Amino acid sequence: MPAQYKLVKCTINGKYTETMVDVRASLTDLLRDDYRLTSVKKGCEVGECGACNVIIDHECFNSCIYLAVWADGKSITTLESLMGPNGELSDIQQAFIDEAAVQCGFCTPGFIMSAVEILESGKEYTRDELRKLMSGHLCRCTGYENILNAVEKTMLRRLGKLPS
Amino acid sequence: MIIGKSVTRVDALDKVTGRSKYTDDLCEKNALVAKIYHSTKANGVVTSIDTSEAEKIPGVVKIVTCFDVPKIYFPTAGHPWSTDPSHQDVADRLLLTDRVRFCGDDVAAVIAENEIAAKQAIAALKVEYEEYPFVLDVQEAMADGAPCLHEKYPGNVLGHSSIRKGNLEEAIKEPGLIKVDQWYDTPVVQHCHIENHICFASMENGKISVVSSTQIPHIVRRVVGQALGIPWGSVRIIKPYIGGGFGNKQDALYEPLCAYLSKVVGGRLVKLDVTREETFVSNRTRHAIRSHIISWVRPDGTFAARKLECFSNQGAYASHGHGIAAKGMNAFPQLYPCENIECDAYTVFTNMPVAGAMRGYGIPQAMFPVESQTDDIALAIGMDPVEFRRKNLMPVGYVDGFSKNENYYDTFNQCLEKGKAYIDFDRKRKEYENQTGPVRKGVGCSVFWYNTAVWPISLESASCRMVLNQDGSVQVQLAETEIGQGADTAFAQMTAATLGIPFEMVHVISCQDTDITPFGTGSYASRQTYVGGFAIKQTALLLKERILKYAYELTRMPSFNLDIKDGKIVRTTDGRELMTLGELSTEALYSLSHSEHLTSESTYQIKSNAYSFGCCFAEVEVDIPMCKVKLVNIINVHDCGQLINPALAEAQVHGGMSMGIGYALSEQLLIDAKTGKTLNDNLLDYKLSTTMDHPHLEAQFVENYEPTSAFGTKSLGEPPACPVAPAIRNAILNATGVSMYQIPMTSQALFKRFKEEELF
Repeated sequence: MPAQYKLVKCTINGKYTETMVDVRASLTDLLRDDYRLTSVKKGCEVGECGACNVIIDHECFNSCIYLAVWADGKSITTLESLMGPNGELSDIQQAFIDEAAVQCGFCTPGFIMSAVEILESGKEYTRDELRKLMSGHLCRCTGYENILNAVEKTMLRRLGKLPS
Repeated sequence: MIIGKSVTRVDALDKVTGRSKYTDDLCEKNALVAKIYHSTKANGVVTSIDTSEAEKIPGVVKIVTCFDVPKIYFPTAGHPWSTDPSHQDVADRLLLTDRVRFCGDDVAAVIAENEIAAKQAIAALKVEYEEYPFVLDVQEAMADGAPCLHEKYPGNVLGHSSIRKGNLEEAIKEPGLIKVDQWYDTPVVQHCHIENHICFASMENGKISVVSSTQIPHIVRRVVGQALGIPWGSVRIIKPYIGGGFGNKQDALYEPLCAYLSKVVGGRLVKLDVTREETFVSNRTRHAIRSHIISWVRPDGTFAARKLECFSNQGAYASHGHGIAAKGMNAFPQLYPCENIECDAYTVFTNMPVAGAMRGYGIPQAMFPVESQTDDIALAIGMDPVEFRRKNLMPVGYVDGFSKNENYYDTFNQCLEKGKAYIDFDRKRKEYENQTGPVRKGVGCSVFWYNTAVWPISLESASCRMVLNQDGSVQVQLAETEIGQGADTAFAQMTAATLGIPFEMVHVISCQDTDITPFGTGSYASRQTYVGGFAIKQTALLLKERILKYAYELTRMPSFNLDIKDGKIVRTTDGRELMTLGELSTEALYSLSHSEHLTSESTYQIKSNAYSFGCCFAEVEVDIPMCKVKLVNIINVHDCGQLINPALAEAQVHGGMSMGIGYALSEQLLIDAKTGKTLNDNLLDYKLSTTMDHPHLEAQFVENYEPTSAFGTKSLGEPPACPVAPAIRNAILNATGVSMYQIPMTSQALFKRFKEEELF
């Protein structure tokens, strides 16, 4: 085995994995190529657009500028993990559908994963705070309006401030 | 009624679960990877390419240079082909070229076993050039002695068209006229769909197959055939879900090259994945158009005469060509009809990145100068800008002689009323009259002109196929592509409404395959619901006729006394439900006496077009010492006829407004005047709007049923991007008294103008 390969042990969507990775590979490459988790999208590959966003140990990262070898010992969550065992959608996925927050859908997985991080904080944010928290993502289709509506309504529902 | 209902998008579930497959998600992992060497010179000739070092890199499979490819010139524009040679698109591209015309031109390609080897080999190519002087500015490119880009176009003018009406020379002699004379500039911007263009090609069964992120599969099939000099039927294009297009993917981009590269390695699978940097420079951009408008206005606020000259910067290759500037120019005399008009539009080659189609197709570039000047005139004659518009806008009953488009309703006034009410325009104009502080507020508005689809400039036709399944559900196929706008959902609604079946029983086949999908030209010109609607209605009625004919055999009832309602065969004379459509279609397929597969397929050629109008109102806060604009409120009002799906229509407007806000305030592709190289070819330096740059985006509608349309609809895809920049510009004028003559209105641009106007 050439020296540029390394064994990475990490948990992906709740499942323990061991993968030999090229030390030059990004986490995006690992997730897309080795595990076919194709919700992780490539829009710029330099951390500008947010399409490749995943959660690593409860924190969002652009996986395109996160080396695969850094994932060793970490727990990674992608959009594919959100659906329940019987096909139940998570509340934030349902909200993206209900609020017409999806158009071409290419930025959607990244946005939803940032929303998950925000929602899991259990905090209530103002609309302006939500704008700031979501500002690492680019979307050319929606003008962000319905995406913000989906995140805000789900947040308020989880806090019991809006009926389910 | 399913039409007019905000049903959930048919693709929403797959998109929120990450299941929907885009081009890269479908590519086999063992694909060879292709990378392109782009010209580093803005103008010149490649004299030699030394590939020896590149060939030594492990993993390199093949290097193809401009000296290897066939000298077949082909057009790239996503236009319907014309069988009349005089109307065909300009064929000025080669797969790879030794005659380079901009920094970013395609010179050589490497095929390798992996991306790193391909990139290393590109870096190892030694390319020698003979450099020519280059030109980036339109006026300079038109001047005597300017470098000539294409031998066939001495003087660099790709296209020139004009409009003459009345007698301008005589009209301007009228005493007491007020003359407003100004130049306006719009920038080069880029589409910035989040999925870059990507394609992969391989050969199967003697055919070359290309899976591509494109808006126009059937057009790309033709262009690949032309570029490679192979029969068009031996090309197969597959379009899966695409991550946005906005017109950039309304060109054949790298499908021809990718197909060729696969061919030279024996039909093996080759993937060509374009980087963000290449998307900015080597795909297509929006034309920068410089406009000069002179208006002679009477003190009562009517036009005596108007003159427009516009100069469109085409960049290095023709792509969509003169059509964009011509469309912008043609809008001018229609929007504000005037007896004496002179218009000229020029499209000019320069050594800039290639401009092509982009959302609005020349109208955002036209509305900025036209609607900026509207406010400048209103100010000059002391009239309220909305009242001035009302006095001069295209009247109800106006018919355009060329397109035969008619303004059937009082759309402009209805839209202006809604916009004014939402923004509280009159009260705020008064409130903001005498501001003196460092931070000043203002409100502004703009209208826009748009039409629907491309008739009579070009072919408009749509084909549709419907297939009845055993359970009474229906498959629908059209060549009008889903590119994120929600076309598939609107098509499903139209099908359900016409056939009389529940929405859930319609399955639109989204992925397109030119071997299977009926022929059609794709997604552009805001044509989908209008053009697709005709084919859907005709094909659904044909299928319904066949179903009811079969129902006669099963029920003994004449088909003229039968209808399909909510998926059931109903006797209209007493309303009795005789059987379900599922029962009928199961019987039809499995009957031992008369088995029939009930399907329908038809083409509808559209020979009409439809005006689509509306307006934007914006409110801003301008920090004068900081030269900063904060957009605090904005509304677009559209009359796109009957709404098929109000929630999706609203979402479409949001996206267009967002693009308009970027056009007004932050987006500009910057080219280095010394080298011709693009300075900000990435999403960090090119300022796309983020969540932080928008206020709430308000979208409202006036629904006047379009009488020429199959479902009462007309264009909505592109229009929302058209009026935003001038509305914001006019709000800045209201706040500061300063007229801006160029976009984007960045701090640097505002500083220059505020200084000129002695605001500090």
